Amino acid sequence: MAMPKICGIETEYGISVKETADFNPILTSSMLINAYAQPAFKRVKWDYEEESPLRDARGFEKAPAEGAPEDDSGLVNIILPNGSRYYVDHAHPEYSSPECSNALDVVLWDKAGERILERSTEAARATVMQGSRIHIYKNNSDGKGNSYGCHENYLVDRATPFPSLVKHLIPFFVTRTIYTGAGKVGAENGTEEIAFQLSQRADFFEVEVGLETTFKRPLINTRDEPHADAEKYRRLHVIVGDANMSEVATLLKVGATAIVLQMVEDDFITDDFTLRDPVRTNAAVSRDLTCRRTVELVDGRRLTPVELQWEFLRLAKKYAQDNDGDASTDEVLERWESALEGLESDPAGMSRQLDWAAKLSLLEAYRERDGLEWNDPKLRLIDLQYHDVRRSHGLYWKLARAGKVERLVDDDSIEWAVDHPPEDTRAYFRGECLRRFSPAIMAASWDALIFDTGDEPLRKVPTLEPMRGTRAHVQSVLDASADAGALIRNLSA
Amino acid sequence: MPERTRKSRPQKESSETEAQEQPTSEARTQEIDELLDEIDEVLEDNAEEFVRSYVQKGGE
Repeated sequence: MAMPKICGIETEYGISVKETADFNPILTSSMLINAYAQPAFKRVKWDYEEESPLRDARGFEKAPAEGAPEDDSGLVNIILPNGSRYYVDHAHPEYSSPECSNALDVVLWDKAGERILERSTEAARATVMQGSRIHIYKNNSDGKGNSYGCHENYLVDRATPFPSLVKHLIPFFVTRTIYTGAGKVGAENGTEEIAFQLSQRADFFEVEVGLETTFKRPLINTRDEPHADAEKYRRLHVIVGDANMSEVATLLKVGATAIVLQMVEDDFITDDFTLRDPVRTNAAVSRDLTCRRTVELVDGRRLTPVELQWEFLRLAKKYAQDNDGDASTDEVLERWESALEGLESDPAGMSRQLDWAAKLSLLEAYRERDGLEWNDPKLRLIDLQYHDVRRSHGLYWKLARAGKVERLVDDDSIEWAVDHPPEDTRAYFRGECLRRFSPAIMAASWDALIFDTGDEPLRKVPTLEPMRGTRAHVQSVLDASADAGALIRNLSA
Repeated sequence: MPERTRKSRPQKESSETEAQEQPTSEARTQEIDELLDEIDEVLEDNAEEFVRSYVQKGGE
């Protein structure tokens, strides 16, 4: 039986300071996060003990040489009361959402991340970086060959053979770009020039399977760092997606992927959709705005990306019927179907639902009004500014305000999610402990909290089960604990 | 926790309401023009320089 798909999204945001060409992105990212963080939360350290980004899902550990992650342990790295992690990763501010139990919650806490970056920008402009023009973008490319990631994470059963995941996920990932793409003007990374393509990231994927995330990027990333009980779980680290502004796109991206993973765990997919040349096909799908050019399978079949997605949806609907689907799965299935219908009849008409189509319609409107050629810098600016997190300047938000994009979560809920964790995963315990007992928390990570109550040795409270530590599990013990010392006593009782 | 807006069903407009609500092409052009005018107000100055200077090193 497939396990619940606990999931989350980590986003590296683009950062720049205008009129300061030689700005230091690491320092600026630190100042940005520090400007936002309340002192009470700033002093809780991130606990790196359980981190092992070089462990490979294929069963070996890579020597930390080429491509090894830098030691970022000296950089700003905080935990927020909504259960998220907010930190400097390489040269970007990064927000890792709390663990969520369903795709709509991921949408909400992913949007809360945008709001946190927006507020950070305001706070930095008002204090440490007074007068400087700091810009933050939720996108994946600078248009000059540098890409930064938006990674999805899904809890997966350790018993599921990794090759099964690879087999079914590659054709799924390569074709889901038709609804997950955030749209991009131009081409990068030595690829053939094109006016506009569906994906920000497709130009950067060069191999099918691998551990790297910063070069020779693989369609399937093998980082095996579960941040949970490693005997029972994997954390599938998906690096092939774009950062989405569109709530519908995020819902489809996470929701459809979670269902496919459950089907793989249950060995439900007997079809073989293996592509003849996945890496080239991935690039080709991104470059076909009609979504109608066929892709070739190893068995010789040729299907359009929409048709291949229909195959996965057909299986997903049958799977849901067989397994008593729930309301959030039903919503994903309906929206998935609606998206495929739209993409089949009029892809560009999906501008209310999908980022690439929304961006393209805006670009086309500018081209028509101002007579712009595709190489006009103004179009690249529109592409970039679509992703500006400031609602006053971000063009996605201009479209949203004008009623041109469909929303799934309201602004009040997003504000609430900035300071509150999801209630049905371990993020609840982490966030609530931060909110209630932060002076007594010395360090925290995804799978533990370390308390310093003053008169005892440090106490580590492991949170190795992502589905425990929910409100239902721990609210009463939290309420019964006047301070962290009492909490430790009550938890050990 | 506040009540969330869950639009649990995708919006499917019937062709009838579509026909009724579809603005005339002139009105639609005007609406888009107004939106573009509004966007013009916030678009960063000097697009070429702005885009050229946006460089990101390192990531993931």
